[in-house]
Amino acid sequence: MTLTEIWSTYLWPLIIMVAQSLLLMVTLLIIIAYLLLADRKIWAAVQIRRGPNVVGPFGLLQSFADLIKFVVKEPIIPDGANKGVFLLAPLITTVLALAAWAVIPVNAGWVIANLNVGILYVFAISSLGVYGIIMAGWASNSKYPFLAALRSAAQMVSYEVSIGFVIITVLLCVGSLNLTAVVEAQNGPYGMFSWYWLPLFPMFVIFIISAMAETNRPPFDLVEAESELVAGFMVEYSASPYMLFMLGEYVAITTMCALATILFLGGWLSPIPFAPFTWVPGIVWFLLKVFFIFFIFAMAKAMVPRYRYDQLMRIGWKFFLPLSLAMVVIVAAVLQFGGLGPR
Amino acid sequence: MNQLLLDYLPLVVFIGVALVLSLALLVAPFIVAYSAPDPIKLSAYECGFNPFDDARMKFDVRFYLVAILFIIFDLEVAFLFPWAVAFGKIGLYGFWSMMIFLAVLTIGFAYEWKKGALEWD
Repeated sequence: MTLTEIWSTYLWPLIIMVAQSLLLMVTLLIIIAYLLLADRKIWAAVQIRRGPNVVGPFGLLQSFADLIKFVVKEPIIPDGANKGVFLLAPLITTVLALAAWAVIPVNAGWVIANLNVGILYVFAISSLGVYGIIMAGWASNSKYPFLAALRSAAQMVSYEVSIGFVIITVLLCVGSLNLTAVVEAQNGPYGMFSWYWLPLFPMFVIFIISAMAETNRPPFDLVEAESELVAGFMVEYSASPYMLFMLGEYVAITTMCALATILFLGGWLSPIPFAPFTWVPGIVWFLLKVFFIFFIFAMAKAMVPRYRYDQLMRIGWKFFLPLSLAMVVIVAAVLQFGGLGPR
Repeated sequence: MNQLLLDYLPLVVFIGVALVLSLALLVAPFIVAYSAPDPIKLSAYECGFNPFDDARMKFDVRFYLVAILFIIFDLEVAFLFPWAVAFGKIGLYGFWSMMIFLAVLTIGFAYEWKKGALEWD
């Protein structure tokens, strides 16, 4: 094989892949910086405060100032900690959270890896997220992180089951594991009323609530319940290892928002199926829908009091699990006997 | 490049980029930041006094129980994935086979509930 052939078959595609990855990564991180700010601003607005407003106009540069602050802070590794695992935990959390974005289509054809098992990949990667927390809690060798890690693991696995069943009901309607195909299947003549949030409305609600529990968002933030466990599994962390946990958490939240958008809100499709709305680029609709879901997350954080741990487990196992299991059966029966099989 | 590689290589590249970025952020403060460790600063956090015993204590068996229940139901979901994708092609036979499987699991779930495995107080 000549040098030109190696260049055209291997090197050039590889350079394009790296460029695409970098583009998505940088865009994603900038969007998350502003989602974080929006989260704080919404929270402040509900409590009639101003929120961050000093760094930059309206505090728009707050997240970047925070980044610099975390990087120049003194990193502390406790004497009793297992140092390797202690530092590996934040790394795993962030890398896994970011990795899910490789298969998420933000517009028709705009995806890093258009896998035919896309949704299975996202499900698997989000399941692995619990390892970062368990490792952090164990390696810290301190009581609060240990308790928080146990709680967190139990909470995350409990709600993952419901999320799995919710995904199954959508798959029954679509008949494919490809995330682009999931969006295409919702492209109907009625615009936003063709999307799956309407026929699968109970599953949409269960998905949003389970996503909050899965990502340890308030009102399910028992992992870092500051009145009981100080800061949960992050007590012993400082400087950028701490920041990586926060980053991983917000990336995971954004992933869940994007997944809700793709599964129930028609991804990049326009809500009103005629011009001029169809001229708007799909990425704009996608981002608006992600922001809408994130706004729900932020408002829930601001308004709902924290659940007690036994209440949390009761909702997960005794309410969401039977309900989503029943919905799988009902949806399958309707599709089978109602003549509404997948296209 | 063959199709499999074209499908999955971008994934590996993306994870690689994420790894490099996270690693750079993780290592940065160890290089640039001021550091003055002392024994008090490096001890485990415990509300104002010295830690008095090992943090790796016994914990409630219910966490273990939840893990076991999770394995059962997550496996069930894993079985449902291929069934859901092939749902349009397997017809009535496929539908009823899965309904029987789900019924058996529901009996198990009802038993767990009755036995109090889902109680948390």
